[in-house]
Amino acid sequence: MGLTIQEVEHIAELAKLRLTAEEKTRYREQLSAILDYANCLQAVDTTGIPQTATVLPLKNVMREDKQQPSLPPDVALANAQEKENGFFRVPPILDE
Amino acid sequence: MEYEVIIGMEVHAQLLTESKMFCSCSADYADAPPNTHVCPVCLALPGALPVINKAAVEATILAGLALHSDIAETAVFARKNYHYPDLPKGYQISQYELPLCLHGHVDIQDDNGQPKRIRIERAHLEEDTGKLVHMGDHSLVDLNRAGVPLLEIVTEADIRSATEAYNYLTKLRTLLRYAGVSTADMEKGAMRCEANISVRPVGQKEFGTKVEVKNLNSFRAVRNAIDYEVKRHIQVLESGGQIKQVTMGWNEAAGHTFVQRSKEEANDYRYFPEPDLPPLQVSQAWIDEIAQRLPELPDAKAERFAAQYRLQPADVMFLTSEQDIANWYEAAVALYPQPKTVAAWFTGELIGIAREKGVTFKEGNVTPAGLVSILQLIDTGKINRNTGKAVLAEMFANGESAERIVVNHGWAQVSDDAALAGIIERLLAHHPGEVAKYRGGKKGLMGWFMGQVMRETQGKANPDVVRKLLQETLERGA
Ligand SMILES: [Zn+2]
Repeated sequence: MGLTIQEVEHIAELAKLRLTAEEKTRYREQLSAILDYANCLQAVDTTGIPQTATVLPLKNVMREDKQQPSLPPDVALANAQEKENGFFRVPPILDE
Repeated sequence: MEYEVIIGMEVHAQLLTESKMFCSCSADYADAPPNTHVCPVCLALPGALPVINKAAVEATILAGLALHSDIAETAVFARKNYHYPDLPKGYQISQYELPLCLHGHVDIQDDNGQPKRIRIERAHLEEDTGKLVHMGDHSLVDLNRAGVPLLEIVTEADIRSATEAYNYLTKLRTLLRYAGVSTADMEKGAMRCEANISVRPVGQKEFGTKVEVKNLNSFRAVRNAIDYEVKRHIQVLESGGQIKQVTMGWNEAAGHTFVQRSKEEANDYRYFPEPDLPPLQVSQAWIDEIAQRLPELPDAKAERFAAQYRLQPADVMFLTSEQDIANWYEAAVALYPQPKTVAAWFTGELIGIAREKGVTFKEGNVTPAGLVSILQLIDTGKINRNTGKAVLAEMFANGESAERIVVNHGWAQVSDDAALAGIIERLLAHHPGEVAKYRGGKKGLMGWFMGQVMRETQGKANPDVVRKLLQETLERGA
């Protein structure tokens, strides 16, 4: 079993998930299995093989620096749960 | 005990592009109503895909060259994962293991004015976040700024004082402006700064515990926050305490730092290569093409100014601090090949007038040719030096020609011997006591006599003629 319960709690915290004790146990098993599988790959000797960020045969896909119209404000905010004077309204963020 | 201060700095500078980093929304959000420069990409709507802005990549390479960096052959964007409402994707696209620029340097002066090299660890390209407005019981989010291209420049821990930090930032701003990649305007948020500060007893090998001070949004804040933290660290260490590794903010109004979060809750960013963006391959040919756009950089310009115009270091430093200033100066010297005179009038008089009015010299109406026309009027004896200064101030305010200002104000210099001789006769007749003292050996009174004549002529007398006539008249009667 690769992961501890504490590590599962840490991952849940980073993902902003609230887990029950039963879920923590279940995800610990599932995530550990995934990690164990990924760990098989560690056995492969990769000396001298450059890091690969992508397997697609693409590079330097860029656009010219030209401005295009943005969304109309009502469309931009259409899916907002709450809005106020053109802003998205969210729960209070502690002013750091 | 003696302590050594160790500082590393992270600077974020917005790049001057028309559109955002990964979408075509306008990057100029300054006066835009909230959420009017947003699209599916910068709102992070499902399925939207980023596309790299070529101009931002080239601006980063240009900045890297100005910082004497190595430009990476391969650069890869990475996701920096964290949750905050100013970041709608839940991650920021940045660069991590393979940034565009590595191993540069910026040359500055240390506290004693000696040359000092600050090494640049890396400079990479990322996207800015949105803006939050805190309303107490809720917060408001404006995503116009989200996705504006941002250059992050990270130094090695080479900075040893608040003054060095200040000098580094000033030089960095100059370099970014010369390269034309950013306004680097801290007051407008186009350049933002964080400092990693630690203190250790002199001679100790290991670094002390560092704190990170964020949100340093002015040059003054940088200097004050570092001074404050250094004093605090030394106090804690002297009293046998330990520095806690924390992230702090700076309260400029109150003049102190405050804890934002402690290391225990530090973010775990889980960087990984951005799967939506193919890598960048930077060829030497591309770098060479971009390098053509670099102007003469401030250090090279300063060296040339010192050699070519034989100016004092302080003048050289000022005249090369901005390209506009250097170009203005060189245009004036081209018309009037007396570099020291031009430097004195520019740095002393013209900048003085601008400062007094609280504007930059460019906001006045004095062109290089305008200043030169004043200098020529002085050379030909039409006006004296002091009147020249008054003409300059007038020209600054209304842009009229020097000749016209002189005529309008009746400021033409009085060099007419007969007219001045009459004034001097009357003056001496009114002050027999001073005349007797002068003739009795108090030659220092010459200045007083000169002043009286200048007052009488409202400053228009030719001082050389006045001096000559005064001397003749006073010696004659001795
Ligand atoms: Zn957009």
